[in-house]
Amino acid sequence: MSADAEPLAGAGSPSEDPARVRVAAARRVAAAPWLFTLGFFTAWEMICRLFNVSSYVLPMPSAIAAVFGTYWWPLVFHSFHTLWMTLAGFVLAILFGLALGLAVGASRFLYAGVYPLLVGFNAIPKVAVVPILVIWFGVGWLPAVLTAFMISFFPIVVNVATGLATIEPEVEDVLRALGASKRDIMLKVGIPRSLPYFFGSLKVAITLAYVGSVIAEYNASKNGIGNLMARASADFNVPLLFAALIALAVLGVAIYAIMAAMERRMTGWASRSQFAA
Amino acid sequence: MPAFVELTDVTHAYGGDGVSAVEGLSLAVGEGEFAAVVGPSGCGKSTLMKLATGLQFPRRGTVRVAGDAVRKPVKLAGMAFQNPTLLPWRTTLDNLLLPLEVVEPHRSRLKRERDRYVARAEALLAQVGLAGQGQKFPWQLSGGMQQRASLCRALIHEPQLLLLDEPFGALDAFTREELWCVVRDLAAARGMTVLLVTHDLREAVFLADRVFCMSARPGRIIAERVVDLPRPRDLEVTYTRTFIDLVHDLRGRIAEARQPS
Repeated sequence: MSADAEPLAGAGSPSEDPARVRVAAARRVAAAPWLFTLGFFTAWEMICRLFNVSSYVLPMPSAIAAVFGTYWWPLVFHSFHTLWMTLAGFVLAILFGLALGLAVGASRFLYAGVYPLLVGFNAIPKVAVVPILVIWFGVGWLPAVLTAFMISFFPIVVNVATGLATIEPEVEDVLRALGASKRDIMLKVGIPRSLPYFFGSLKVAITLAYVGSVIAEYNASKNGIGNLMARASADFNVPLLFAALIALAVLGVAIYAIMAAMERRMTGWASRSQFAA
Repeated sequence: MPAFVELTDVTHAYGGDGVSAVEGLSLAVGEGEFAAVVGPSGCGKSTLMKLATGLQFPRRGTVRVAGDAVRKPVKLAGMAFQNPTLLPWRTTLDNLLLPLEVVEPHRSRLKRERDRYVARAEALLAQVGLAGQGQKFPWQLSGGMQQRASLCRALIHEPQLLLLDEPFGALDAFTREELWCVVRDLAAARGMTVLLVTHDLREAVFLADRVFCMSARPGRIIAERVVDLPRPRDLEVTYTRTFIDLVHDLRGRIAEARQPS
């Protein structure tokens, strides 16, 4: 539809080849993320230099880059530790969330019983749970993994259950009239149908798991970016603090991108809308 | 003609509200007959479908299909609805094969004899004018084409009974008439029993051997008309005097049924 309409727009000026205009527009869009990121850091640097901002308040990007040079090994080491905690909690959340989501989505009784509990549990700020985890398990890797898990399973449960609960009744009728068991309907319709919801929730869950592991590391760990930040902040090493934040951002974007790519691969059929094109 | 689907004095209500969807409903459809049920909206036509397939069991009265009292889903029925409800993650061909993955004896044979079943599905697609469209996903087809595919899905396991619940309600007038002819030809070729539930009186008279008229909720049969127009019927028949008179008469019945008694 839009492919037919676009050449008309360029038809008024015969000197411009409409195909070339379109390619240039596409290139501009592709360059936009890089331009904006570059612009953001340039503006930051300029403002710091122009107003002579103290590095205790807001270090310049160039100063932060210098920190990456000196502290590259701790930053890499602690990043990997955080990544490892996040992934461990996330995998637990997937296993538990998927199982609970399928159970809750398949049974109205369980849904009615478990849902209020889940909402209540989710309402608790997970930072408040970290001290309890420390009492139970001591300072170490376990509180970080558990916090990541607790904070991230909720969206998975809700989304999988929603996918199952919104099966079209007609499809169910067609299959049940043929003697399909509840299990058949789950396998043939329910689970494939809830996959887009599941993968959509993974993008949210991985980000949450990441938040959870950093919070727990900040409070109750000897390793990880969260712990590095706690120590940097105690030393008033503000440039290192910012370097850690940037490391967190890079890592977060990377895991989000991996999740999004997985989603596209697995459930391409679900994102057929031209709405965002 | 022995009755293939027979409901005797059936009363059914959903949940605990006590208002019956159908009450004292009796109806018999002969084997190989094409029956249509018309009625005002909310008259329990869809309940009738669910009772006839064993998706619901009546509070009172008996439902018999193919001579047996219905106590579980009947399995020998194919169903199609107003909404084509094809699964978007399956190609059209795989959507057609879905019932075969569920119903015996095909279920256990499907893996071994897949080629044969695929050939059957493709022949069926060709029969409704969808030759070569099997590899497309449902959302790549138009509404009318999806409805054709949905009909094929209802027929793939060669059911003895076809249940159609307002199958063409969402289509434009021309597509609808095209699909009338598709259903007419499929029913004639297979000699199966068909129960069509519809709002469209012209559709009912054009397709059916017999038209049942239902009352407003709680639904029961208030009139029955035999359509003795000769077969095969052409769309031209819808402009003849006899056809128009029949439709007119049924329209009067429905109008009466809509009045609260």
